[in-house]
Amino acid sequence: MSERPHEDMYFHGSGISLRFGGVAALSEVGFQVRRNSLQAIIGPNGAGKTSLFNVITGFYRMDEGDVRLDGDLISGLPPHLVARHGIVRTFQNLEIFTNMTVIENVLTGGHLRVGYGPLDFFFRTPRFFREERKLRELAKECLDFVGLFERRDLPAGQLPFGSQRLLEIARALAAEPKALLLDEPAAGLNMKETAALGELIRRIIDRGITVVMVEHDMNLVMRISDRIMVLNSGRVIADGTPAEVRENPTVIAAYLGEEE
Amino acid sequence: MKSQVLRNNAWLLAFAAVAALPLVLPNDYYLTVLIVGGLYTILSIGLNLLMGYAGQASLGHAAFYGLSAYTTGILAVTYQWPVWAGILAGLALSSLVSYLIAVPTLKLRGNYLAMGTLGFGVIVFIVLNEATSVTGGPSGFTGIPKLSIGGKEFSSDLEYYYVVWAAVLLLFALSRNLVRSRMGRALRAIHTSETAASALGVDTQRYKIFVFVLSAFYAAVAGVLYAHYVTFVSPGTFGFPTSILLVTMVVLGGMASLWGAVLGALFLTLLPEWLRAIEHFDILVYGAILVLCMMFLPGGLAEGAQKAWDASLSLFRKKGAAAEEGGGQ
Ligand SMILES: Nc1ncnc2c1ncn2[C@@H]1O[C@H](COP(=O)(O)OP(=O)(O)OP(=O)(O)O)[C@@H](O)[C@H]1O
Ligand SMILES: [Mg+2]
Repeated sequence: MSERPHEDMYFHGSGISLRFGGVAALSEVGFQVRRNSLQAIIGPNGAGKTSLFNVITGFYRMDEGDVRLDGDLISGLPPHLVARHGIVRTFQNLEIFTNMTVIENVLTGGHLRVGYGPLDFFFRTPRFFREERKLRELAKECLDFVGLFERRDLPAGQLPFGSQRLLEIARALAAEPKALLLDEPAAGLNMKETAALGELIRRIIDRGITVVMVEHDMNLVMRISDRIMVLNSGRVIADGTPAEVRENPTVIAAYLGEEE
Repeated sequence: MKSQVLRNNAWLLAFAAVAALPLVLPNDYYLTVLIVGGLYTILSIGLNLLMGYAGQASLGHAAFYGLSAYTTGILAVTYQWPVWAGILAGLALSSLVSYLIAVPTLKLRGNYLAMGTLGFGVIVFIVLNEATSVTGGPSGFTGIPKLSIGGKEFSSDLEYYYVVWAAVLLLFALSRNLVRSRMGRALRAIHTSETAASALGVDTQRYKIFVFVLSAFYAAVAGVLYAHYVTFVSPGTFGFPTSILLVTMVVLGGMASLWGAVLGALFLTLLPEWLRAIEHFDILVYGAILVLCMMFLPGGLAEGAQKAWDASLSLFRKKGAAAEEGGGQ
């Protein structure tokens, strides 16, 4: 793949530091994610994985560093503009819109995919109907993709936990992102659900989306990731293919050792 | 399917009901009550967009109502402006002031909007009372002309009833279009998770400001209609108790429901009229009815009405089915 070296720099960050008072949550973190690949981020509790997502998506303001996606400078932007540049995320502690139905959640995910303004919706112009119809098709396709199509009219809060995780993914897909950040998508899922999730994530990559996944389930991570980055106490201690990371003595000492 | 058709065209029924109602009213006094009810409906629809949909509380909404009422009244009387110009100025001033309140308070997370609007309501109330030379002070401001548009004066109650309810229907329709659009979804998203909404590209700050200014604009529309109907304004109409009454209308009618806003406003306008017969105890009974509603209809009057409607429909259907079976034998 050396004929397209820039592909390595499709989604990358460098020198990212974040402090909470005296505590350094992230120190000089860098990453490089190839277009259309799955980058996993692992590390013990409190390592800074969610903080890294929060910094990338604009919820936390990094003290130093920069992040780029597909050539666009992302760092420093507020969350809604980060989304506009094509980065969408899910949440470790679900953030479902419980006051809506399943499909309404996904329609909201497509917020940026509709091109009409206040005059169009106040006065219901043809453009309003055209765009809404298009969005509804997209939402149905996303629900079908994660397997929630049949339950699209249920109140979202009535879905079982595992399905709510899928709903968050469908909602994010409706935004048609370039990069999708998944924060512990398998947490709380049973083995069967986790296996299905692994399939789903690979299919997301087949859609042409670049995925970054924070995950504790090592089986899942080792099985589906293209590359794995290991964080410990806010620092990158390893980055490589699953095989490389598995053999890495620092990683074994810091992380895998305590689990196995 | 049938109920879907009915639901989608319920506004047509509402239109017919509004048009026909004056023909069956027992007396003209009820016309006055329904005009006031229409004004409260406009106010509570606007406040429901803000509170029920977007989940942002305003505890000083009566101040926007009063600000536009006084503005159009003072401009017409003291400065001899034409009525239409005073009305536009009243609408513009309330909207502008709401924008100036929204920008700093909505920047902060938490209930700063509630506090900001509460303080604003108190300030407006004090100014209306104290700036006697401009506002007439506690005894009010009199001599406001009746509404006239292009030389046509709407002086009879019947004419004014149609003006007010035309405004109600128009604002209801626009609000309905709003809540069924991407903006309506974004507002409800903000209600449950600002975090998730912004992660999906919703500019939460801008949407919150927009819906707050819009709800203040609705209040301002009610205000100018009030001033040119009653022809007299006084501070007591626009104080804290009115703001609380508006919040009660929204909650009692049903959060995030436009029909709820209508039901809540009409119910709380009519209830005191019905209770007038039982003097002395009316406040007690009024309170008791509110408590009972909140206990047994947590989703508000709108949900209650919906359930009753669905129940009667299914009863009707069962009867229909039973009759058909009977006929087949
Ligand atoms: N808003 C905050 N204020 C103060 N400290 C914070 C904040 N967010 C995170 N931290 C701290 O930063 C460190 C990294 O937390 P983070 O949530 O990023 O860890 P994580 O790797 O996602 O852990 P987990 O696997 O448990 O989700 C922790 O020490 C945490 O206490
Ligand atoms: Mg985390």
